Amino acid sequence: MKYVDEFRDKDVASDLVRKIGSVVDGMNVSSPVRIMEICGGQTHSILMYGIEAVLSSSIEFIHGPGCPVCVTPIEKIDLALELARRPGVILASFGDMLRVPGSDENMFEAKATGADIRWVYSPLEAVEIAKSDPQKEVVFFAIGFETTTAPLAAALHVAERDSVKNFSLLTAMVRVPPALELLLSDPDCVIDGILAAGHVCTVMGSDEYAPIAEKHRVPIAVTGFQPVEILMGVLEVVEQISRGEATVRNTYAWVAKQEGNSSAKALIEKYFCVIDRNWRGIGMIPQSGFGIRDEYSRFDAEKKFRAQVQEPRQTNKYCGLVLQGKCRPSDCPFFGKQCTQTHPVGAPMVSSEGACAAYFTYQGVRST
Amino acid sequence: MINTECPIGRRDSGVVTLAHGSGGRATNRLIKEMFAVAFPYLQPDTDGAVLVSPHLSVFTTDSFVVDPVFFPGGDIGKLAVYGTVNDLSMMLASPRYLSVAFILEEGFPLADLSRIVNSMANAANECRVAVVTGDTKVVERGRGHGIYINTTGLGCPLAESPGPSRVCVGDKIILSGDIGRHGMAIMSARNGIQTEVPILSDCANLSEMVEALAYRTKPHCLRDATRGGLAAALCEIAESSGLYFIVNEEAIPVCDEVRGLCEIMGMDPLHVANEGRFVFFVDPKDEQKALSVLHSFENGKDAVTIGEVKAKRASGLVTTHTLLGSEKIIQIPEGEILPRIC
Repeated sequence: MKYVDEFRDKDVASDLVRKIGSVVDGMNVSSPVRIMEICGGQTHSILMYGIEAVLSSSIEFIHGPGCPVCVTPIEKIDLALELARRPGVILASFGDMLRVPGSDENMFEAKATGADIRWVYSPLEAVEIAKSDPQKEVVFFAIGFETTTAPLAAALHVAERDSVKNFSLLTAMVRVPPALELLLSDPDCVIDGILAAGHVCTVMGSDEYAPIAEKHRVPIAVTGFQPVEILMGVLEVVEQISRGEATVRNTYAWVAKQEGNSSAKALIEKYFCVIDRNWRGIGMIPQSGFGIRDEYSRFDAEKKFRAQVQEPRQTNKYCGLVLQGKCRPSDCPFFGKQCTQTHPVGAPMVSSEGACAAYFTYQGVRST
Repeated sequence: MINTECPIGRRDSGVVTLAHGSGGRATNRLIKEMFAVAFPYLQPDTDGAVLVSPHLSVFTTDSFVVDPVFFPGGDIGKLAVYGTVNDLSMMLASPRYLSVAFILEEGFPLADLSRIVNSMANAANECRVAVVTGDTKVVERGRGHGIYINTTGLGCPLAESPGPSRVCVGDKIILSGDIGRHGMAIMSARNGIQTEVPILSDCANLSEMVEALAYRTKPHCLRDATRGGLAAALCEIAESSGLYFIVNEEAIPVCDEVRGLCEIMGMDPLHVANEGRFVFFVDPKDEQKALSVLHSFENGKDAVTIGEVKAKRASGLVTTHTLLGSEKIIQIPEGEILPRIC
């Protein structure tokens, strides 16, 4: 398959592995270089293609918080379920979200007992549902990073253009740079280099990362999701470390441009503003989310339904540690025991971008 | 081919009504004018069918609820015949008789029902199986999804019953062709995602191919890779047999359209449903013979050995090698397969 097979070429990948090994060998370091991949999609590729295993002596991958399902706070999920139970409300959601446990139930369970919950592939489908059923209120559970925020803005654009009055967003969108800043500012931070998420940078560009690389003296490579793309990013990071550099380099330039996608950014800017946001397992991070601008508050489900988030119950602290890269999924005492894909305790086990799901899927529960 | 025009649509309102399931005249008319015409071996006047073939010792049943009922490459009727026939084939039995039970929703267009019934009749002819008994129930509008079908099948064994307990260390694992087309055809129809070359369901009759296979070789175990895909079929057999399988993922054929759509939706082709593909286990000395039998059929031309049964290192485990050579496990998919977010 064109544009995919090239980036899964065994010989090219093996050659990059050799180059990375020789750069790290030349650095004369006693422990592996610690690289955080931001995005859960990268985590899955790293395990699926065996990158972690083949580089284990030179690179330690620290899995980052870039799983939109995982970082959505439990109180937001409870609120979504509360709205879904209201008469006349259709809650539309990305499929990934349906199995994530709220305080009492998940969306599949709520759907089975009468809530009208529909899974859609694109937010625009939710606008279409609203158009075809004007008697109902359609609320879209708007989770995601910058990548997903762009199509959410497009959905509001269509709803505004077509005067769709029965459509709103329950917003939980988050931004990568403030979370990255927080992780790197932690005195216990052990991250030597970063693989920035190519999809986020395709929308937003890579300019936001330059001050972070400079301030924390950490090299950042923007990478894609195929094995060769990830290995190119790793090679870029270790080469920078070996030269004592700390800059942002785009190794995904055939997709992500330095300036990002200006139309998408303009749409985001039109409908959303930057706000503080609570992250599941991490807590409040200033300026780390997108909310709906006041002039479009008619599309804001929390305002429209006068709905308020309630205090969440205590959740598994290990999920937060996994999301911050401070604990490997297999080090969590619940992993593979109380917490499996059949009965997930935490969101990282549910989502197709969750780090725990990646370990469980590709490595299973290894007896130690 | 059987005439697909609805024979009773002109006198009725054109849709299924509660009367069609009441057991009265409308039911009788539906049976006599539509079902009995499509299924010539149907014995509609009695409560059950009297069968003449001896040795009918293989028995299976399956229900069909696919949405949409018409999908690229097939429909619920064709699927309902092939599905049960293929289950008999996986037991190395020659399919002989089918029962068909419909649960129809009030308001379902009779023309669509007729199209489905005729598609079943064509499929039954192709599989050389006789529909001999059946039932129809109608549920009120809003209490069904148009049409549900259950089929039950009886077959004559062609060889010793296969099963996971007969799988042996050293057996070769053979796949009958490319995977993922049925599930992705349904997914693209449901989500309105078009590929340059449309993905057609692989739904097909496997009985002829399996009969030829049983004649020339002795398959130890066969499984059609339906729900849960090839991954579920392999993992279930590994678990039941208590053995360990190593699979060469690169050898598994997947067409570009399916690979592309799986990439977009964030799905693994190994987890995607098939309706015309099966995997089987044979002694290594039968491997080439089995492959040449399959290659002589159009639907088996891409058959390939995908793995081997190993000793009990970790019983119930299926593994494959990653691109870079390390080992990864193949898991049964969990619940509904959902597209990822970004």
